[in-house]
Amino acid sequence: MNETPHLDQEALAELQDVMDDEFGVLIETFLNDSRERIEGLRQALEGQDPEALAQMAHSFKGSCINMGAPRLGALCQIVEKAGKERRLDDVPATVDAIGAEFREVSGMLEIFVANN
Amino acid sequence: MDPSIADQRPLRILIADDSDSDRLILKTLVKRLGHDVFDARDGEEAVRLFEEAQPDIVLLDALMPVMDGMEAARRIKALAGERLVPLIFLTSLSEAGDLARCLDAGGDDFLSKPYNRVLLEAKINAFNRMRRMHDTLSGQRDHIRELNQQLLREQEIAKRVFDNVAHTGCLDAFNIRYLASPLSVFNGDVLFASPRPAGGMLIFVGDFTGHGLPAAIGAMPLAEIFYGMAAKGFSAKDVLREINRKLKQILPTGMFCCGAMIEAVFHENQLWFWNGGLPDAQLIRANGDNVALPSRHLPLGILSPDQFNADLERVTTEPGDSLMLMTDGVLESSNRAGEVFGDAGVARALETRKQGLHPFDAVIGSLREFTGSHQDSDDITLFCVDMVDDAAITPLPDRTTLPGPAEWHCEYELRERTLGDFNPLPLLLHICMEVPGLRSRSGEIYTVLAELYNNALEHGILELPSDWKHSPEGFGKYYRERQVRLGRVDGHFIRFSLSHSMKPYGGRLRVVCEDSGSGFDFKNHPVSTAKNTPAGPLSDNPVIGTSYAGRGLMLLRQLSESLSFHGRGNRIEIVYDWDYSDAPLDHNKNDRH
Repeated sequence: MNETPHLDQEALAELQDVMDDEFGVLIETFLNDSRERIEGLRQALEGQDPEALAQMAHSFKGSCINMGAPRLGALCQIVEKAGKERRLDDVPATVDAIGAEFREVSGMLEIFVANN
Repeated sequence: MDPSIADQRPLRILIADDSDSDRLILKTLVKRLGHDVFDARDGEEAVRLFEEAQPDIVLLDALMPVMDGMEAARRIKALAGERLVPLIFLTSLSEAGDLARCLDAGGDDFLSKPYNRVLLEAKINAFNRMRRMHDTLSGQRDHIRELNQQLLREQEIAKRVFDNVAHTGCLDAFNIRYLASPLSVFNGDVLFASPRPAGGMLIFVGDFTGHGLPAAIGAMPLAEIFYGMAAKGFSAKDVLREINRKLKQILPTGMFCCGAMIEAVFHENQLWFWNGGLPDAQLIRANGDNVALPSRHLPLGILSPDQFNADLERVTTEPGDSLMLMTDGVLESSNRAGEVFGDAGVARALETRKQGLHPFDAVIGSLREFTGSHQDSDDITLFCVDMVDDAAITPLPDRTTLPGPAEWHCEYELRERTLGDFNPLPLLLHICMEVPGLRSRSGEIYTVLAELYNNALEHGILELPSDWKHSPEGFGKYYRERQVRLGRVDGHFIRFSLSHSMKPYGGRLRVVCEDSGSGFDFKNHPVSTAKNTPAGPLSDNPVIGTSYAGRGLMLLRQLSESLSFHGRGNRIEIVYDWDYSDAPLDHNKNDRH
């Protein structure tokens, strides 16, 4: 787990190339999206709804992969899998880990945008 | 040339993804490839946008809120109908079952996250090629469908023209049974039957080479010749010669018409038969015997007129005998095992026929049982005529109503060799038929002319004794001798004088027929002595028939107002009166002109 990097620099560089002027907007969009999703994960957990949890984690995972945030994506996959298997015991800890990883990633992304 | 290079038009691409960041990335990628993008954030919006924007390609996230990608895919494919709209699922799914469900819902391919722009471009180009190929094929299919519909419309028109020329003749007579598809003419099959002015019937069954309009085109002049000549009283032989001459003239090499001609002379219980290339005709005797009448000639339209042999075979029949004709579609009908019905099938059907079952119904029944289908194929033509009393067969209605000549006179003389070569009756009948009042009496006029002519030729000039015709052996001898003596007619002639004038009640046709023969003792002939008494049946008067030409003269006597002999008995004059009151006006109602 720990060997998976927070950010995939190469993927980010390509995204920046593709998005050009809109790269900042993309990062902003992703960060806003992600905050809503983490909130959504918490609500699904509170409501003991494994299906909603799995679907939301799946979708979040896809965005993370696209954005070059593989470690965050990997954490989402753990929640997705647990949701599918209706095994919610360890999920609160993982969602907390997602929250922590997101804070890490958003800080790094803001630095990435500022530096490039 | 690579079609993706040839088609530089920007595509309209619909993107549906609920993740804002993913959608933004994809939208930017696709725009950079030069295409127009429409984007939706859920399945429902995607379906609505699809209807509005009519995109060429759809990129769809599998899992979305409101309406998920699977359901949206199904609806989009249904809306697209026949149009091929490639649908690519955007997915981070990895389980085979999930991926398979995407394809089941109508997806054509996947694009997995993270998006790779090289792969994305390659997929869009590949599906665009497929889409355009589909459009081309659909366009060609629609074009073919349109051409086919046009062909059917043209056939419909051609069929209407053909029906106007061919009509159904007397195919609906009570002694005729036939099976022919309404569109059989486009398989080259034709079937004609016409009553003859002198009684009896002329029947033609034909099968042109080829299919479709080329096969049908030859049928038009054939129908015209057949019905035109049959109504004017031409013999089967003359009609055959004319058909062959015309087809030889108009058909391209390699195209011809297999055909059979039948002249059914019901009152003499005789059939005259000619078969050029059709399957064996079957004569089914009332006593149960079957006789096959094979083709002895080349089909029509092959030989030049001087090589063509139009001699018909004579077949003696009994009442209740049936003659069956078919085109080779019957023999070539096959069953599921690929075996053909063939001559053997026809023979089997007739042999195993149940008592009381008509041969025609037996063959049709067997054929349907063999092919295992109650749907008869288009290229089957089967025909059957029963030998019966012909009193019930009505002549065809008059097809022209133009006013004709009323006061006229003409003379027509045949000399020497032409006496044997040429039948003047159709021409003479044609002249008389120009008089509207005589047209509905063509049968009687023909009989009058034919009896006068035959008496003059066969008895007056050739001096053939008519009592030979009373036995089957004599009949053959009669016709053989007739042929021989026709070769010795030097210095002979037959002269017809026809006059017509109007009378207050109608009109009068006077016919004088003179021949160069030695005449006969008419003063002692029973017809002369019984001038003013109505003639009874022949059997009542055994004297008639043993002398000059009993039956013929009695018939003339019955039909005409007066019958008189002149000279040495070689000049006969008849007066035929017609009046308006008994004109069969009903015929005009059926007139097609």
